[in-house]
Amino acid sequence: MKIETAPNGRLTLRLTGEIDHHSAAAMRKTADAALIRFRPRELVLDFSDVSFMDSSGVGFVMGRSKRAAAFDCKTAVCGLKERDRRIMKLSGLESLVAFYTDERKETT
Amino acid sequence: MKKLNEMKLTIPSRSVNEGFARSAVAAFTALADPTVEELGDLKTAVSEAVTNCIVHAYRDTCGRIKIDAALYEGGIIKVRIKDFGCGIADIEKAMTALYTTAGEERSGLGFTVMESFTDKLQVRSAPGRGTTVTLTKYLNRKDAK
Ligand SMILES: Nc1ncnc2c1ncn2[C@@H]1O[C@H](COP(=O)(O)OP(=O)(O)OP(=O)(O)O)[C@@H](O)[C@H]1O
Ligand SMILES: [Mg+2]
Repeated sequence: MKIETAPNGRLTLRLTGEIDHHSAAAMRKTADAALIRFRPRELVLDFSDVSFMDSSGVGFVMGRSKRAAAFDCKTAVCGLKERDRRIMKLSGLESLVAFYTDERKETT
Repeated sequence: MKKLNEMKLTIPSRSVNEGFARSAVAAFTALADPTVEELGDLKTAVSEAVTNCIVHAYRDTCGRIKIDAALYEGGIIKVRIKDFGCGIADIEKAMTALYTTAGEERSGLGFTVMESFTDKLQVRSAPGRGTTVTLTKYLNRKDAK
């Protein structure tokens, strides 16, 4: 995972590789540590470099967006591939999280 | 239905095997010349079923997961994922989208994903005895989901 911060309070987490129940545990730790450390105003989860995900990816987004919302930080997801977007859509997360289809969308 | 090829796999319910199991089924399925799309769909569905064995069926214990896949004439692939864990009391309820018994890191979408990425999903379960999930996917069909 690559972590990028911007002066406007945006934290971008660029996820890499496969997201399943096994790999999500470590990703969760890294992401939550970054959230606590940077306390961003906006969290961007960039899926451009994710080669596989199952519903664990949805759980990951749900979990992080809830934590972010606890201190009024908005969450956005970008770079999703077609199948992954279909999976995300099943969750109804779209009412809580902004989805951008393109890579690394400028969100402010 | 004539069986053209088959494979069997037994693995312990360790999370590191989630990636191995879906890749093994994908490698077997690739022999039938599926589209990239079909292969990806099946891989995702298998990942859901195997993860459920690890997360739910055996929870904090370690048990056996049996996976067998078979290819039939006409490009029909069936994958059976079987555990001997806690079982499911109310299958219909468990299969409802967003229903989960496992807290906030799980979305309750596993069965919904299996259903939408395969052509047929069958779940058999008995509390205390285990669960068997059978996924069927039609390959190389223009009308496939
Ligand atoms: N193999 C199994 N053994 C025992 N219980 C199971 C099994 N598979 C599923 N379940 C039960 O069915 C529920 C729904 O499963 P499903 O895969 O749809 O969602 P989930 O695993 O809870 O969340 P997600 O798959 O989105 O991470 C689970 O919460 C669990 O209670
Ligand atoms: Mg599941």
